[in-house]
Amino acid sequence: MAQTRQFCTFYLDKLLFGVELQGVQEVMRYLEMTKVPLAPAVVSGLINLRGQIVTAVDLWRRLQFEDRLADTLPMNVVVRNEDGAVSLLVDEIGDVVEVDESSFERPPETLHGKIREMITGVHKLESCLMHVLDTAKACEMAVDAEPVGSD
Amino acid sequence: MSESDIVKDFLVESAENLDRLDQELVGLEKNPTDRDMLASVFRTIHTIKGTCGFLGFNKLEKVAHVGESLLTLLRDGKLTLNPEITTALLHMVDAVRQMLSEIQSTGQDGNNEYLELIETLTRLQTPGAKGKKQAPAASAPIQPTQPSPQPAPPAPEIAPPPPPKMDSQAHTESSGQPVSAETRSRDAAAETIRVGVNVLDKLMTLVGELVLARNQLLQFSNSSEDANFLAISQRMNLIATELQEGVMKTRMQPIGNVWSQFPRTVRDVAVALGKEVEIEMEGKETELDKTIIEAIKDPLTHLVRNSVDHGIEPPEARVKAGKDRKGRLTLRAFHEGGQVNIEISDDGSGLDVERIRKKAVERAVVTAEQAARLGDREIFNLIFLPGFSTAEKVTNVSGRGVGMDVVKTNVEKIGGSVDVQSKKGQGTTVRVKIPLTLAIIPALVVTSGGDRFAIPQVNLTELVRLESDEVEKAIELVHGSPVYRLRGRLLPLVYLNKELRLETDDKTKAEQDGAVNIVVLQADERLFGLVVDVINDTEEIVVKPLRKQLKNVRTFAGASIMGDGKVALILDVMGLAQRASVITEVRDRNLAEKAAEAAERSGEKRTFLLFAGPDDARMAVPLDTLARLEEMPSSQVEKAGTQWVAQYRGKILALVNLAFALDERRTEPRNTKSFVSSNDADPIQVLVCNHEGNPVGLVVERIIDIVEDYATVKYPASRPGVLYSAVIQERVTELLDIPGILKAAGVGKAGELLPAEVVH
Repeated sequence: MAQTRQFCTFYLDKLLFGVELQGVQEVMRYLEMTKVPLAPAVVSGLINLRGQIVTAVDLWRRLQFEDRLADTLPMNVVVRNEDGAVSLLVDEIGDVVEVDESSFERPPETLHGKIREMITGVHKLESCLMHVLDTAKACEMAVDAEPVGSD
Repeated sequence: MSESDIVKDFLVESAENLDRLDQELVGLEKNPTDRDMLASVFRTIHTIKGTCGFLGFNKLEKVAHVGESLLTLLRDGKLTLNPEITTALLHMVDAVRQMLSEIQSTGQDGNNEYLELIETLTRLQTPGAKGKKQAPAASAPIQPTQPSPQPAPPAPEIAPPPPPKMDSQAHTESSGQPVSAETRSRDAAAETIRVGVNVLDKLMTLVGELVLARNQLLQFSNSSEDANFLAISQRMNLIATELQEGVMKTRMQPIGNVWSQFPRTVRDVAVALGKEVEIEMEGKETELDKTIIEAIKDPLTHLVRNSVDHGIEPPEARVKAGKDRKGRLTLRAFHEGGQVNIEISDDGSGLDVERIRKKAVERAVVTAEQAARLGDREIFNLIFLPGFSTAEKVTNVSGRGVGMDVVKTNVEKIGGSVDVQSKKGQGTTVRVKIPLTLAIIPALVVTSGGDRFAIPQVNLTELVRLESDEVEKAIELVHGSPVYRLRGRLLPLVYLNKELRLETDDKTKAEQDGAVNIVVLQADERLFGLVVDVINDTEEIVVKPLRKQLKNVRTFAGASIMGDGKVALILDVMGLAQRASVITEVRDRNLAEKAAEAAERSGEKRTFLLFAGPDDARMAVPLDTLARLEEMPSSQVEKAGTQWVAQYRGKILALVNLAFALDERRTEPRNTKSFVSSNDADPIQVLVCNHEGNPVGLVVERIIDIVEDYATVKYPASRPGVLYSAVIQERVTELLDIPGILKAAGVGKAGELLPAEVVH
């Protein structure tokens, strides 16, 4: 019997991404953020998630896409890691999909750039490909990333 | 809850209380002045009275009321309990019990007014009525039962009371005193409960949330005019504050808990070092949050050991210096300005400013020029840099230069600071300042660039506002750096907007009207003025740590959720001051970090003598293990028995040729005339070292250089006589085991050689 897994999906720059449902704490509409001066650029700010302070990570910057267009407000996919919760800012939330493990494939060798590090692979869905985000990688960033205009 | 439910609860509760009351009254009779018991009896009756009034049982209330009045007098010591009063009170208890059972069955407190009982109880309240009392008192006990039959219907129901009374009395008489004693011991045991820390932590978190919610509520109530709502939120505010204090208290522990192990530590260290040290403690009961207590335990232990090891001199030295043989180590803890100060002082030799200065230059922590400029205090604080130890000897207690920096880092991690003061010959005092608690702190909220920031109140000393017309005159420039004269002293100014690269929005600019708000802050004993756009208010904030993504941003100590639900960052005043170079630590830190890196690589830099051994092998020994380097003509070498020697400074110097000593197979040719293999005409190179008090010369081929290096990368020796191989000046070099060689060569037989610390 092939194993199936559930993914919470979202869109970034019209690409479909997925994170394993187990690691997702919740999905929220746009929440107001407090900017953190001097912080790495990928940190968009801090969010008050019912009394819990959560760092919001700008996935666009994290994946080194161009800067997000300001026309829509980002939504939050709050994931848990060993350090607490981190919110991934995404364009739009998709469905929860159940995929068969057999549809998984490693990223092609021709894929370059930051995104290669950030995804573990893709699942071949019927309509499109779902990029499986490595949440630990996506969250760990910042530590090594350059602060905004460092001295 | 319906009214009948309340009544039911009341009945259950009262029944329990009445049972206890019986026992207590009897116990009281034996010990009429027991205040606690009287108070307990009083409370029970008082509660019953209060509840009856509320539920509308007027007759019961009346009885309880007179009883209470009588008990008040007893409790206050205006009357002394005598058997008569006890009896009356017991009757009252019976009456109450009767009425309660009435209530239970009919829902009403019956028709019996208990007038006579009331009268008796009232009469007993006048102490003067003693004489007359006798007669009525005799009748009083009977009366409760006597009058009861008179009011017709409830009579049968009132009849039962005597048995329970008898019962209770019999019961209590047999075991009255023991029972009360037991009760009390149980009470005492109930005064403390072991509670898991996780439960307290959870409570703390919840209280944190509550405080947040309270702040939000208060913010909201500001815009409301509903008097009721305002009153409720006000009450809510008070309760939350009290609850917060209460829960915080549960986590408080006296610092004595940590200190209690110090006498032992001090004794151990002192004995190991042959010192005599007395330890004194003041302010043991000073309380601190549990997490803080844990965090400062190690740093304090280190400081204490350090004081005994480096601070306090050996007894002889002390006597010579005219001090008491016994060194004195004093620990003091006290509260000051919302912080706890802990002082560790010794009356030892004090810190040697010059030596630290020299060492600092040696270690390249500061340049010679900088060192000359630094004041004593700054010099003292250099000892907190990594890899810095002024101990001349490395002991197993301390002196490895790791420690003081760890102390500082650990204390700073919990928002504290360390400072050292010392007077040569008189002793050293290390002062550790730490916050009382970490979880909820009072803070000043300011706005800059449209964002709010919280500044912990502990760092705050005062606020200054300059109106627009003063600004120009008041803020002066010292070569471009803005300063403000605060009571005659220059206060460096730091603009928060500039430091955090914020943009002042035009709206606040307009509101400010050119005025300048200065928040005077203290960082590491240094004052500076932080210029912010708006000063909002002070608020109790709940500190939430920043996640690791933001750990590198040193200007923030954490974040908090404000009354309006938005997140505000908490400024780390120390970090901010460093960023703005108010305190020079950034530079010191960088140097220190480099030093630490180096220290990590090896311990510390040492000076080595590089020389060529047999077969031109590159070898080295630490320079400090040698006494001298000598060059002598080979003709000076003589033979004494089987030992090659040379005359040296009026002594006979035993000589060992390294070429023979190192290679076991190439045993020293004892018969040969020539000691050295090379040309006899060449002078020989001798490394003179002290071996068991006598100089011994080690003959090497050629001396290469004297170098400083860490000698880090090590691997095991490939032959005897060599300690290990290391990389010195980027070349693999063998470190010579001089004592080993001398021993193998049979120079001096006994064991203790040069200190083995050469190795590490």
